[in-house]
Amino acid sequence: MQHYFAPEVETASREELTKLQDQRLVETVRRVYRDVPYYRKKMDAAGVSPDDIHGTADLHLLPFLSKEDLRSQYPDGLLARPVSDCVRIHSTSGTTGRRVVAYYTQNDVDMWEECCARALAAAGATKEDVVQVCYGYGLFTGGAGLHGGSHKLGSLTLPMSSGNTDRQIQFMTDLGATVLCCTPSYAAYLAETICERGLRDQIRLKAGIFGAEAWTEEMRREIEEKLGIRAYDIYGLTEISGPGVAYECSEQNGMHINEDNFIAEIIDPVTGEVLPDGEKGELVFTSITKEAFPLIRYRTKDICILNREKCACGRTFVRMTKPLGRSDDMLIVKGVNVFPSQIETVLLNNGYPANYQIIVTREKHTDNIEVQVEMTSEMFSDSLKEVTAREKALVADLKAMLGIKCDVRLVAPKSIERSEGKAKRVIDKRGLYKG
Amino acid sequence: MTVKQISVFLENRPGMLAEFTKVLEKANIDLRALSLAENEDFGIVRVIVDDAYATIQTLKENGYICSMTPVLAVEIPDKPGALVKMLTILGDGGVNLEYTYAFLAKKPGSAFMILRVADAKAAADILLQAGIRPICQDEMEELFK
Repeated sequence: MQHYFAPEVETASREELTKLQDQRLVETVRRVYRDVPYYRKKMDAAGVSPDDIHGTADLHLLPFLSKEDLRSQYPDGLLARPVSDCVRIHSTSGTTGRRVVAYYTQNDVDMWEECCARALAAAGATKEDVVQVCYGYGLFTGGAGLHGGSHKLGSLTLPMSSGNTDRQIQFMTDLGATVLCCTPSYAAYLAETICERGLRDQIRLKAGIFGAEAWTEEMRREIEEKLGIRAYDIYGLTEISGPGVAYECSEQNGMHINEDNFIAEIIDPVTGEVLPDGEKGELVFTSITKEAFPLIRYRTKDICILNREKCACGRTFVRMTKPLGRSDDMLIVKGVNVFPSQIETVLLNNGYPANYQIIVTREKHTDNIEVQVEMTSEMFSDSLKEVTAREKALVADLKAMLGIKCDVRLVAPKSIERSEGKAKRVIDKRGLYKG
Repeated sequence: MTVKQISVFLENRPGMLAEFTKVLEKANIDLRALSLAENEDFGIVRVIVDDAYATIQTLKENGYICSMTPVLAVEIPDKPGALVKMLTILGDGGVNLEYTYAFLAKKPGSAFMILRVADAKAAADILLQAGIRPICQDEMEELFK
């Protein structure tokens, strides 16, 4: 049986949805032009006026917004409402000034929580369910989003936050959790631990919603098998609201985008040209209901494909594939965004050369990142103590920059493979982006 | 009053030390002493050779990262207690050893210690006061004739 949280929108006809999007887009563009100097400046520079925008068909006229725009306007340059109207902020995982702060009014929080409630309902959850949320709570949107969604649905919510596996399993068995929300790698870890301890017959889980990092179909099958559940994907970005921008249904074949709140486009990441449905390109979002922090044509850097074919679940919302890659060189390791340029900065600051390679692996569902860096005469010494101390300082600085622990491996000069004179920077052995 | 030690960076992988010694063999370099310190991912091999400058040049030509460090070489009688005596002198003099290793030469009844200290001159003075004279580079070669 299909569960919908908001059937009238989730199954609305394409005409109804387009009409709603047209109207909301026109209002949003008017509002940001009037209230946000940064948007006004960008639109003026592009020679577009709010009067040119009559609906989604005119969306392509508007300039893109990038993460750099958001960073340059930190913390509140893009705020479209007075701070007094806002009730909360969340923030991206970025470090060293790469942080983006997103503001929410109460309506924004309600909209976001409803998106998460729709995701939970699509996974089969109802008010009878016990939802265990083990995403992190705090600045990260994972915990707050699913927590709010579970409340909206009327389910009993277990606000576990991340970590403390013994306590997670104890509550899961003692309180009879039926829906698990966490990162796929943590779900896999929990599944393994539960099986190892022979507790499989003591859990009552039926579904899981796993997002915030890339995962494969093999991983899905493994988690489903070990826990005896159905595992669903969920997509979101803090900038846009948080998890729940798109969610998987019982078909497990793409994630439905909450189109009454977000307009999705696929563009050519190089030319910026809008691509037709079915073509692979960069996903761009325009939020049309957000009050405090509306984003117009925000480039996610995620490479996806959109699919507007009718879904057997009855939802009419367009579906997006899992991200198939990134249009920049960003890596997501242990749920944290990592840019090779950040690693390069740390290496240079520590006196190491820019001859390095980043190797990402996944063992037992846990990501591991190793930075291999070539030794130089300047960094070498006959004293093992000295070289090791420098290596340790590098590890500490990388941790401070990235927020996660990196292994460092000092290698012989010229040992890092180069192509056309340049070393291949990233070797991702996790095989996550196979599509 | 010191001898020249060459330290070389090697990755901690099978065959690395063999490759390194092959480079020395090709340049006809004779090893007098060798010591290795390692952690999980790399090692530092320290050698005393017959021709330090030729070695440095060969290693650099072959892409190795290396450095030259003055170290103390001390002759001690090859009998129980000799090392204790020398180390006690240094310890009493407040000298901290970064690392040390031993080698033998063609001199019956004698053993030799390489000592790496922060201040080679200060350590040499302490040894001299106790009647122990560190070997200098030229003397080193005599030991192998």
